[in-house]
This record gives sequence, structure tokens and C-alpha cells, in this order.
Amino acid sequence: MFYDHYAAWQEKLKSYPLTSFQESDVLRALARDRLDPPDLLALLSPAAEPYLETMAQKAHRLTVQNFGKTISLFTPLYLANFCSNQCVYCSFNTKNTIVRRKLDLDEVEAEGQAIAATGLQHLLLLTGESRLQSGPEYIQACLERLRPHFASLGIEVYPLEEEEYRRLYEAGLDAFTMFQEVYDEVIYATVHPAGPKRNHRYRLEAPERACRAGIPSINIGALLGLGEWRTEAFFTALHAESLLQSYPGIELALSVPRLRPHAGHFQPFTSPVTDANLVQVILAYRLYLPRVGITLSTRESPRLREALLPLGITKMSAGSLTSVGGYTGDGDSGSAQFEIADERPVDAIVAMLRTKGYQPAFVDWVNVRVREALG
Amino acid sequence: MTKDLPTHHDPLVIADTPLRSRLLVGTGKFSSHDIVPEVIKESGSQIVTMALRRVDWKNPQDNILNYLPEHTVLLPNTSGARNAEEAIRIARVARAAGCGNWVKIEVVQDQRYLMPDNFETVKATEQLVKEGFTVLPYMSPDLSTAMRLAEAGAAAIMPLGAPIGSNRGLKTKELIRILIAEISLPIIVDAGIGRPSEATEAMEMGAAAVLVNTAIATAENPVAMAKAFRLAVEAGRLAYLAGPGARQLQAEASSPLTGFLRENA
Repeated sequence: MFYDHYAAWQEKLKSYPLTSFQESDVLRALARDRLDPPDLLALLSPAAEPYLETMAQKAHRLTVQNFGKTISLFTPLYLANFCSNQCVYCSFNTKNTIVRRKLDLDEVEAEGQAIAATGLQHLLLLTGESRLQSGPEYIQACLERLRPHFASLGIEVYPLEEEEYRRLYEAGLDAFTMFQEVYDEVIYATVHPAGPKRNHRYRLEAPERACRAGIPSINIGALLGLGEWRTEAFFTALHAESLLQSYPGIELALSVPRLRPHAGHFQPFTSPVTDANLVQVILAYRLYLPRVGITLSTRESPRLREALLPLGITKMSAGSLTSVGGYTGDGDSGSAQFEIADERPVDAIVAMLRTKGYQPAFVDWVNVRVREALG
Repeated sequence: MTKDLPTHHDPLVIADTPLRSRLLVGTGKFSSHDIVPEVIKESGSQIVTMALRRVDWKNPQDNILNYLPEHTVLLPNTSGARNAEEAIRIARVARAAGCGNWVKIEVVQDQRYLMPDNFETVKATEQLVKEGFTVLPYMSPDLSTAMRLAEAGAAAIMPLGAPIGSNRGLKTKELIRILIAEISLPIIVDAGIGRPSEATEAMEMGAAAVLVNTAIATAENPVAMAKAFRLAVEAGRLAYLAGPGARQLQAEASSPLTGFLRENA
């Protein structure tokens, strides 16, 4: 169980204040092939800040060695934005007056077809947390409608029970994404003042339930900007490592989302995560977990996305919309979850990757159950 | 007098298929498919492996199969399979999709090092041979596993030289040497070879062939590196056939310990 590990490190961190790390700790971490948690802390500490270029060189080498010069592409499809939570940083907060909407199954399939026409074959389905409006049965029905159009289907929804994950897996689900948002339990309680999401541990253990249900591809992350980013990144990487130890067959990726403008008035408690901070997080992840994927969304600007590409990124979203529907261009779409910063269409992202010497991969998965059924 | 080189009458035979080239190449990790035809040409390779999961059937421009020369033997691999069952199913999908009858079994239950699961690999091999596939299993070099794979009907054995993608070279040399000595099937060193000199080393010790992907794909100039590997593999094979002289640790000028045997002769 990751929770025990997490609790133990909460205690141990008291003996490893991030300000106590020195240049020599950073250099030692940089020289090692296999890093331990104190090495990871050193790379996330202020002492590593003068070494970002050295870290970047090593991170680039490790990424090319393990993943080559290819970037997997995917896009999100928001199915519904009804929500029973009050996350202070999210537009779907039940207190916000936004256009609430849920796609019916025909709309889901039409949106899916519009996305598939761009060439994308990895799709991530999202909903707000509403078991009433977008319960597991609805998600399953959406998966079944979309299955013939995509090589890989993922979900990024509220935490489910293991048995529910198993049913979705059997219905054709390949991938699971869940952001803990913030590992710090005190801040977690503050930014989730009401709703089922208040249960920190139930969310923390959702990836383990998904693994036990057999879902092969797992993506986790902390929403950078809610808590102190150095310790948040530390716990994210420990979480990833713990999942890999317990479930060695999974394919794991880490996301590095930063807070984006959204509906509502929340102001973060900590200073904003700068571009340099974000770079340090990506590099520390890559050096600590050389074989783990790193996902970069359209939350970041085109300029920054291109600059981050060689530092360790292996997956990117493209042509994304965070509104409910909208890909077909027909009808009214529901309000967006957050503002995206890279609005370029899929073909522009593909062209950018090729110019930069990267091969865009539209497909990196084969769901054998589906392929067998299709003959 | 190159026509007398022993390599000219020295085909690699896998499943009754004679092949000139003893270098197999992979198609992963390249910055673009456009470079792949040139890489294959310079490598001289006749067997090309690709992950079925990466074959893009919907976009012809991105479908790696459209970049391979005619007459290439396709060797789809089961990358992504976590157990025998998944490997078997991926192999069936590959055949149904028109990738031919050959399959490289890759069963990996550990994403940290990507070490093959020998136990599941044997199970998958047994089943796929029964279904008429030409099976080339990727494995951790272990004699008893290799014997079971041979008994199951594998067409060749593909032990790793070092963890896949690591470019660390022939770290498992002594174990591979045992497979070469004891197993009558072609032993193809797969994974870990980072430099042409390491390919030469594998061939000198009697490996039937080597498979190289990362070392070529991630080189500054993949086309030139493909050629370097072709020459290295040919050199190693030639040296093996030529029979290198035994290595001497010191000069043998006299016989200080056994000279007395001749004193009274």
C-alpha cells in the first residue's frame, strides 16, 4: 500500500529539509545510475537549481535511449461537466455558474468520429464527479460506442471501486489517469471543502485499485501550484515507484499539470510554479524514473511545450478542447474546465514535432480483445 | 580474392529460410519513418522487427510497413504483452493483419528493466508453434529455458546481451556462450548491443546473428551507424569462421617446467 510509504516519508521528510541539501548531494545524485529517495530530494532542492542544464543533458540522453525520438499523441474528450465537488481551483465547482452539459451516446460517437478523423487514436475521456449524471454505467456505454474508432481508450474521472474499474476494463478500457491534485493532506482538505472528493486516501489509492483491476496503462500527477511543488513532486515520484514495485507490468506515466486560469476566485497559497520550477520537476522525474512516460498537456504554451520536448516528454495532448463536446463544431458545448494555452490543431502539432526531429506516434497500443472481435 | 571468403557460402538459415544477412534491425525510436528504408538498405538486413502496437493501420503515411523494402521478412514483436496469453493474442492479431507467419515473442512483466519473463515465454512459444507460427523468443540467457524453447519448436533463440535499450554491451557473454555451445538452433543476440565492436564480439564467439535497434536509431547518423553494424557483423562472422588462434597470456619461448622430459631423449 502506498499510503504506508507516504505516511512514513511524511515523518522522514522532517529529517531531510529541502534547504539542507548541498551541491555535493546534487552532484552525487547526478553521478548515479539508480537514484534513491534522498537523491530525488537533492534534485528537487534549491541546491540543484544551478545544475538544471547538467540535469537536462542527462535527462535528454535517458529519454532518447529509452523512448527514442517519438512522441505519443492523445486528446481529451469531456463527456460531462456535472459535478458534486467544490474544488476551489476548478471551473466545474458546483458553486460556479457555468453551462452544465452531458453528451448523449450519439453525440459521444459523433465527437469520437470527429477526433478520429484528425488521425488521433488515443482518446482520454473525462467527466466531472457526478455518479447521478455520469456514473460508471454511462462511462461504460461511452467506451462501448467509442471502442471501434480508437486504438486506446482512457478515463480521467472520479475515483471508482475496484470492481467498477474491472467492469470498465472488460468493456474495453486501456488507460487510467488520476491526479491526486495535492498530496499534502492539510492543503487537500482546504481546497476540497465539500463533496465526495474530500476523501484524500480514497483518491490516493484509486491507482492501486485500477492496477488490481488489470488496467495496463496508468498516469498520475500532482496539480502543481496547490502545494509546495518540491515535496508534491517528491511524493508523485514515490507514488509512481511504489505502483511499479507492486504492479511491475503496468506502463506508467507522470503528468506535470500547472494550475491554469479557471472560473472562480481561488488564489494559491504558495508562490506560482515558474517555468524553471516546472523544468526542475520534469528533469527530476526523468532522472529518478528513466523508463516512466512523462505527459505534457495543452495547459502549457506552444513556446514552452516545444522547449520542454527534449527534456523528457514522451506524450502530448494535441488539438484539445476542455469543453463538453465541441469537436464536431455542431450544437452548444458545455463550459470548459480550464483555459488551454496551446490551441494549435493536430496537424500543426504534428508538423511542429517533425520539424523538431520527433516522430509523432498516433498509435502505441493494441487492445487485442478488441482487435480479435473485429476480426 | 574476396570470392574465397567463407561468408559467401554461409547463409543463416531460420525455419528453412536462407538469409544472407546476419544483422536484424528494429524500427522503433527513429525520429522519422522516412529514414527507415535507408537504414535497412545500409544495414543489409533482411529481417526487420516492429512492435505490432506501433503499426498505424489508419494512417498510411505513418504505417511503418509501407516503409519496408519488398522481400523483407517481417518479424512483428509482441511488445506490451505481460503474459503468454497476451503474447499469443498479439501474435494472432499480427498474422490476421497480414504481417506474415513470423513472430518475436516478447513477454515483459517488469517495466523498470523490461526483462523478459522466461516462464511465460516458453508457454507462448509452445502454443504459437502449435498454431503454425515461426517463433523467435526473446529471453534472459538461461540454458534450461533455451532447451525448453528448442523442445517447444522455436526457430531461433534470442538471448539478451544486456537490458533492452541499455546500450551496455555483452554483459551476459558467459551465459550466451553456453547457449551457443549447447543449443543447435541459431542464437541471435538481441538487446543491449550498443556499439559495432560489441556486435563483432558476439559474432566472433559464434552467435548466429545479432538484432540491433536502439544503437542505430539513437545514433547521430543512423544510416552510417547501420552500415557500421553491417560491417561489424560481417567482420565478426568472418573471424569466427576463420577460427581465431588461441589467445596466449605469455610468450612460450621455452618449457621451464617440462623441459626435463626432453633432456634424456
